[in-house]
Amino acid sequence: MTQPTTAAHDDAPTSTAKSAGDQESSRRSGPRWGWDVRTLSLLGVLAVLVAVGGITAPDEFLATSNLQLVLTQASVIGVVTVGMTFVITSGGIDLSVGAIVALASVWATTVATQEFGFAGILFTALVVGVGCGLVNGLLIAYGRMVPFIATLAMLASARGLALQITDGSTQIVSVESVLDLGARDSYILGIPPLVLIFAAVTVIGWLVLNRTTFGRRTVAVGGNAEAARLAGIDVRRQRLYLYLLSGLCCGIAAFMLIVLAGSGQNTNGNLYELDAIAAAIIGGTLLSGGRGTIIGSVLGVLVFTTITNIFALNNLETAVQQIAKGAIIVAAVLVQRRSLHGDT
Amino acid sequence: MPQTPATSRRALLFGTAAVSAGALLTACTSNEPKDQAQAADNAAPVADDKPGKAVTIGFAGPQADHGWLNAINTNAKSRAKKYSDVTLEITEGSNDTAQQIGQVQTLINKKVDVLVILPADGKALTQVGLQAMRAGIPVVNLDRIFASPQAYRCWIGGDNYGMGLNAGHYIGEQLKGKKNAKVVELAGLDNLELTQQRTKGFDDALKNYPNIRKVARQAADFTVESGQAKMAQLLQAQSSFDALWNHDDDQGVGALRAIDQAGRDDFLMVGGAGAKSAMDAIKAGNSVLKATVLYPPTMAASAIDLARALGQGKGVGGLAEFEIPSSLTLYSAVVTKDNVDQYLPTGFI
Repeated sequence: MTQPTTAAHDDAPTSTAKSAGDQESSRRSGPRWGWDVRTLSLLGVLAVLVAVGGITAPDEFLATSNLQLVLTQASVIGVVTVGMTFVITSGGIDLSVGAIVALASVWATTVATQEFGFAGILFTALVVGVGCGLVNGLLIAYGRMVPFIATLAMLASARGLALQITDGSTQIVSVESVLDLGARDSYILGIPPLVLIFAAVTVIGWLVLNRTTFGRRTVAVGGNAEAARLAGIDVRRQRLYLYLLSGLCCGIAAFMLIVLAGSGQNTNGNLYELDAIAAAIIGGTLLSGGRGTIIGSVLGVLVFTTITNIFALNNLETAVQQIAKGAIIVAAVLVQRRSLHGDT
Repeated sequence: MPQTPATSRRALLFGTAAVSAGALLTACTSNEPKDQAQAADNAAPVADDKPGKAVTIGFAGPQADHGWLNAINTNAKSRAKKYSDVTLEITEGSNDTAQQIGQVQTLINKKVDVLVILPADGKALTQVGLQAMRAGIPVVNLDRIFASPQAYRCWIGGDNYGMGLNAGHYIGEQLKGKKNAKVVELAGLDNLELTQQRTKGFDDALKNYPNIRKVARQAADFTVESGQAKMAQLLQAQSSFDALWNHDDDQGVGALRAIDQAGRDDFLMVGGAGAKSAMDAIKAGNSVLKATVLYPPTMAASAIDLARALGQGKGVGGLAEFEIPSSLTLYSAVVTKDNVDQYLPTGFI
């Protein structure tokens, strides 16, 4: 866990008022629009990837259907990452997101599928997501548990519960109105509905983090919880709300996954926690808290999805994909560092 | 497709198991010609439905986090219930090697008569298999094979290479006469040996058909989610091809969803394992899925039969041997619309 300290160290030189504390420095280094050096360099990485895709698979990569596919595949994990960005910005972590997605998706497909249709599935997914988030939040905020431990416990128990509910079997969805949402003829102006949900969550997430008291409090709690408390912020309630928010995002993502895969399975959302954390971190959100960027996180997700897409289009093996993915994470972070130092 | 309640699924499996066992046993007891009477006198005592010596079978399987593994547990339990002389000591499934070793050791300490072990990892569980054998408890090794033949008395499992081979031959026959035919492979978890075996069998079969070329292969994770994601990419990458082999019917649920979403129907698809949903789709005949190659979970029921025979010191009906064989590889039959009714009862959910 050396990453947070190094990152914090890097962040310091860009701050004009180092003595003003983490909270202040974070606001200066991350301007109002969130378009800082990190975000711009990530945009550069994405541009390079698009160029690589366009060169290696010219006919397939730039096709409209492929762009629709990349965005659709980014949507589910993207929504989870938006929630994760809030939690990490507040100095916390949520390791249970993948398990919550799994539990919400199987619960919504076992309990609600046949009898209550579209509304039943959506409602169940959201309620289970929020419920898990509530438990996380209560344990962390009022039970004073370390977020790492509380959400690790949730990871284990939610996966276990998902397995118990399904008995290991795949819950196939037969509700047409849900399945239709993932079909080609439901695209609005060529945009898949799932992508629209992702876009809406991103915009709302950005507004909340950058334009509301809730967002300012989140940054403040992450920057210096004690200072935030002295400034009159109810830190515990803020934390509770943040894990609730992450749980809600998981619920939305679970519903989207049901639409996409047409089923609920206890293996759903596998390793989402690591993907979401990785996307947020390379996006420029500080793992130590106090600084978060929704745009960066979303770009991080898009980078990962684009990489996967380019590999599949060029028929590369899984092993090669994984090695290259790791290399690109390192490269992206190094590029960010360099541009940060150049900036100073 | 509506969900079938778990109880009726079990009843179905139990019923089929009983019926097929009955058929097998009738076949081997009633058709003995008289001129072989002398040979019959020498014949080994054969395990049958009649209650014999009481046998306690210890069963240690992996965590049933997948449709097929769940069917394994169900098959073992319902088969054991069928025999009044069998007591099944079952441990909680685990994917953790250390935990499973502990569970098997507990069963050894309980002094069960026979052990049936489906290891999470065959190589890693070899030592505990040896321990059991040394303690005088014969081991029936189910599916994932131990590293040493000394660690088990009998191995029974599926044929991964054969799955690939039969899938390849089926596709080869379907595309016979088609020039420059293209096939695509959606493999399972690439870090499992069985995935490599399935691919090897498939590639070997395709060598018999010079008109066919494999143009793409992507590995998924045996999950619906990964099946949907990887298949969507494959469809994007390959604007046209003639056949698809998908290693696993669970991830096939996702693959079919991706195919449906992309609006593609210009190829035929062959699945793997034998899930009920896949067989239903084959029977309905309204999707690209035309066949699935079996990897039957009924092997767990057979493992209980073998364990019982071992415990009672008997051979297998229909064979001249005095003992049960040391290994049994199941056949990966190709299920198509023509024979799907026969296999549907074994389809797992």
